[in-house]
Amino acid sequence: MSDHGRAWLFGDDISTDLIFPGRYVHLLSNMPELVKHTLCDAREDYASGVKPGDFVVAGSNFGMGSSREQAAVIIKLTGARGVLAKSFARIFFRNAINNGLPCIEVDTTGIAEGDDLSVDFDKGILHDHTNGIQRHFEPLPPIMTEILHDGGLVAHIQKHGDFHL
Amino acid sequence: MPMTLVEKIISEKVGHTVRPGQLVMAPVDQVFAHDLSGPLAISQLKKLGFNGFKRPEKVRFFLDHASPSSTVASANEQKTIRDFASEWGVELIDVGEGISHQVVMERYAKPGEIIIGGDSHTCMGGALAALATGMGSTDVAVAMLLTRTWLRVPETMRFVISGSLPEGVYSKDVMLHIVGKIGVDGATYRSMEFVGPAIDSWEVPDRSVLPNMAVEAGAKCGMCPSDEQTRKYLSAQKRPQDYKPVSGDLDAPCFFEMKVDCATLEPQIALPHNVDRVVGVSDKAVKDVRVHQVYMGTCTNGRIEDFRVIAKILKGHKVAKGTRLVATPASRAVYLEGLHEGVWETIIEAGGLVNSPGCGACPGVQTGILASGENCLSTMNRNFKGRMGNPEAFIYLASPATCAASALTGVITDPRKVAA
Repeated sequence: MSDHGRAWLFGDDISTDLIFPGRYVHLLSNMPELVKHTLCDAREDYASGVKPGDFVVAGSNFGMGSSREQAAVIIKLTGARGVLAKSFARIFFRNAINNGLPCIEVDTTGIAEGDDLSVDFDKGILHDHTNGIQRHFEPLPPIMTEILHDGGLVAHIQKHGDFHL
Repeated sequence: MPMTLVEKIISEKVGHTVRPGQLVMAPVDQVFAHDLSGPLAISQLKKLGFNGFKRPEKVRFFLDHASPSSTVASANEQKTIRDFASEWGVELIDVGEGISHQVVMERYAKPGEIIIGGDSHTCMGGALAALATGMGSTDVAVAMLLTRTWLRVPETMRFVISGSLPEGVYSKDVMLHIVGKIGVDGATYRSMEFVGPAIDSWEVPDRSVLPNMAVEAGAKCGMCPSDEQTRKYLSAQKRPQDYKPVSGDLDAPCFFEMKVDCATLEPQIALPHNVDRVVGVSDKAVKDVRVHQVYMGTCTNGRIEDFRVIAKILKGHKVAKGTRLVATPASRAVYLEGLHEGVWETIIEAGGLVNSPGCGACPGVQTGILASGENCLSTMNRNFKGRMGNPEAFIYLASPATCAASALTGVITDPRKVAA
């Protein structure tokens, strides 16, 4: 799989209610069905159109509100390579890393719908190949980098038997 | 060196002085999940080879979101949690007991503790000067297993609150005003510390609205000092031994400071679909806004103090034709107090209906889902699109008094214009 993916654009303040609406809470333990509704109240075409390796690209405060972890889980299950946003709500941010879904805090201004993107996670560089934008971002705190590299918090604890700070 | 409240609590727990921005491994005093966060926490524990809690007395499960169960799926998930709690000897707080963080405040939280909950409004524990914060199911599962978690020491934003509350203005209006000023991400990753003469004079239930809604500004936690009011509250809950004074140093450096003079405020309303879209009740944006449902309750304003205000306004009047009034006490204790005081009778005689304790209509899974195009005015804490189960509906947030006054008129109404 190439490391390129398309941009799916979202606005500011995408709440976990928009990502995983409460009216689908009866699907809490039915991930294959729940994933079909991912982000449905923000834009209806995402879940059916996203391809493995694509990126969710948003403004500020992505994932605000409820602590429901399935919001991060289902974005990961749609095949998204990661979420790029100007900023994240903190509970969502931890949940995403704990599930192996990279969240990159980066200026997303200028990225257009469908742009061809790639991210160098180690060097901290976002490339928008469609319009030539290149942006640097701060790496995650070491504990989060390690959890992400291990494939999430459960895998991290399985590997080390404890938090490995 | 002076320290803020959150810095003091973390420093004491980890045994050395911490500074904002540091990552620490912190011991956890209490950790809980509920019927939405619990099933995933349990399955994560099983993946971790779970064979018992080292400290079962620190672990609790609450059933509050569907209370009682609303679908076959929720019934089965609740059974999974009941069975798990029973098998492994941890406390289960079953349907009808109340909302997790409300019950934690009534029965369990102690000043100076670190509390992790699988609910974003866990931060309400800050009303008792606990560092209480919401996390997802996996963090909760690991905290249940290890009774430790990692934390980034947050910067503190200090809110100095002074002045008497004018007639018709309550702590809810003060918090809506604050979120309106700093925005829904104005406190992201930070600790909101509420101090000042007004806080000193408010009782814990009124205070608790502020830390409860700290997450609506993105904060990790929101806290009030533990003081004479805290001692009074814990004594009233029959656990005076849990009291200890703890407060932030007011000369400690902080990231941001904002002064709020309550005396200058009018009742506040948050417009759909974000908590920071706040206007005064006299603003033209809420003039003649029709209210189809008034929802009273939730962890933000579902306590007996709130229902007393509501009952006083409703007493002897009828809810407007075409408006539904749904009330849900936040806990069994509130339910019983309200029963003894007659507040449910007043609400029912006014034409309202009263549901069993729990999260009620707020998360959009039961008992009060809105129709498309309808407006709801609520005492709850968030008004996101789809929050109450229908993305085609509109949610406005206000104090219990504004909600009660509006229930009588059928439009958003200044409570000062409806004589109690």
